[in-house]
Amino acid sequence: MGLSIKKSLAPFLFIIILLVIWELATRMLAIPTWLLPAPSLISKEMITSWPTFQQHFFATTQLAVIGFIIGVSFGLLLALMLHMFPRIRATIYPLLIMSQNIPIIVLAPLLVIWFGFGIFPKILVIILVCFFPIVIATLDGLAQTHHELMHYMQMAGASKQQIFFKLEFPHALAAIFSGVKIAATYSVMGAVISEWLGANRGIGLYMTLAQSSFRTDRVFVAIVFIMLLCLCFFTIILAIEHLLVKGTKKGSAEYE
Amino acid sequence: MSNLVIKQLSKSFGSKIVLDQLCFDVKLGEFVSILGPSGSGKSTLFHLIGGRYLPDQGDILIDNKSIVGQAGQMSYMPQSPSLFPWRTIRENIVLGAELKGKPDLALAEQMLKKAGLTEVADAYPSALSGGMKQRAAFIRALLSPQDLLCLDEPFSALDEFTRLDMQNWLLSIWQTYRKSVLFITHSIEEALYLSDRIVILSTNPARIKAVFEPKFERPRAPELLLTDDFLAWKRRVYQTIKADH
Repeated sequence: MGLSIKKSLAPFLFIIILLVIWELATRMLAIPTWLLPAPSLISKEMITSWPTFQQHFFATTQLAVIGFIIGVSFGLLLALMLHMFPRIRATIYPLLIMSQNIPIIVLAPLLVIWFGFGIFPKILVIILVCFFPIVIATLDGLAQTHHELMHYMQMAGASKQQIFFKLEFPHALAAIFSGVKIAATYSVMGAVISEWLGANRGIGLYMTLAQSSFRTDRVFVAIVFIMLLCLCFFTIILAIEHLLVKGTKKGSAEYE
Repeated sequence: MSNLVIKQLSKSFGSKIVLDQLCFDVKLGEFVSILGPSGSGKSTLFHLIGGRYLPDQGDILIDNKSIVGQAGQMSYMPQSPSLFPWRTIRENIVLGAELKGKPDLALAEQMLKKAGLTEVADAYPSALSGGMKQRAAFIRALLSPQDLLCLDEPFSALDEFTRLDMQNWLLSIWQTYRKSVLFITHSIEEALYLSDRIVILSTNPARIKAVFEPKFERPRAPELLLTDDFLAWKRRVYQTIKADH
């Protein structure tokens, strides 16, 4: 514990120093607030605008959580299916990689044209950004099952089902979680992007309004809250990972 | 009654004959070693008994029933400990039993104690030394419900001192539980020290070259390794292996 405090001290101090430089620079160079507001101004705005901001914050959180859960479940299911049927995997895998070359920001307007401004196209955007890292991480994790452990299971007469539940899946869990962590931050990004395109609530909407009225301080408020939200997601997933992934250092294939 | 009977067992891969007309048996409660150089098809033999391969010819019987192509008729200890990193030692040792039904947890505790692993029962394998891991892997095989234990060069990766400790420990625990053991090794000394019977294989293809039955008294102690009788046996086995090479 003492060590982890020591470890986090350096980056913490660094952030403080950066903020101080930022603060001093805006004051000394007299940078106009609409161009770059000082950190003190941003934090003041954070507090004063919270009553009006909170509804946007919770709307985005809700959207991101729903999209994230559906996206992760969908990704896991697809990965397991592809794992079970290698032939389908060979067919679909290249398509999956190719689909990721389409930036979600160009896909989003299409989704609005097809599905309107409701919640469905927004969730669809989040699902699309979430499910890919999950599918790839899960497939890789399942494919990397250690052959010595597999050899033991086969010689000991384990059934296919036992091999999956006792070896392949727990072995892939560490890899799956690295995918889940990426998906969590993507889900917040996806939620904000989807709100830019048209929403009546949400951090994305708040940002668009702030930007069009040159309230740069409010844009920064939105950014800070987005960061906090991502951090919050990340921490929760880290805690769940800590509970579920045992005995291995994260992501490593150490086995003996 | 014999426990394991291998009858005229042959296996080839493509045009390469790996096993040629192997015939031997392991009686109930007997410790039999298969001794042969690397690449003599010892692992292929285990794959056949484990039901992973089908033989070209011959039969494998356990208690007079053919087990050809049937997986899980033996309990198995591989060369590397192959413990599952996300399971504690206690969870690891019952894995073999778990595959076949409900593990006997009381017996597992007892075995942990016998192996001196009680203190690390809740630790993960990464915290254990090489010898401890091998002991855990052996207990895992012992706790499996099958009566035949197949050990595939289990101590070959250990250093000399640990290996002797492990051999003594294996003998003591085997004397208590008395399962039939088929033991693969390439160490003459190990084979002589541990077994009732030694089957010597030739290479390319593997045929049975000789079967020795040293009949050293049990329980055996490390002093045996330096007796004239033991050394004479060692010479005999060595000469048999080296003959027509």
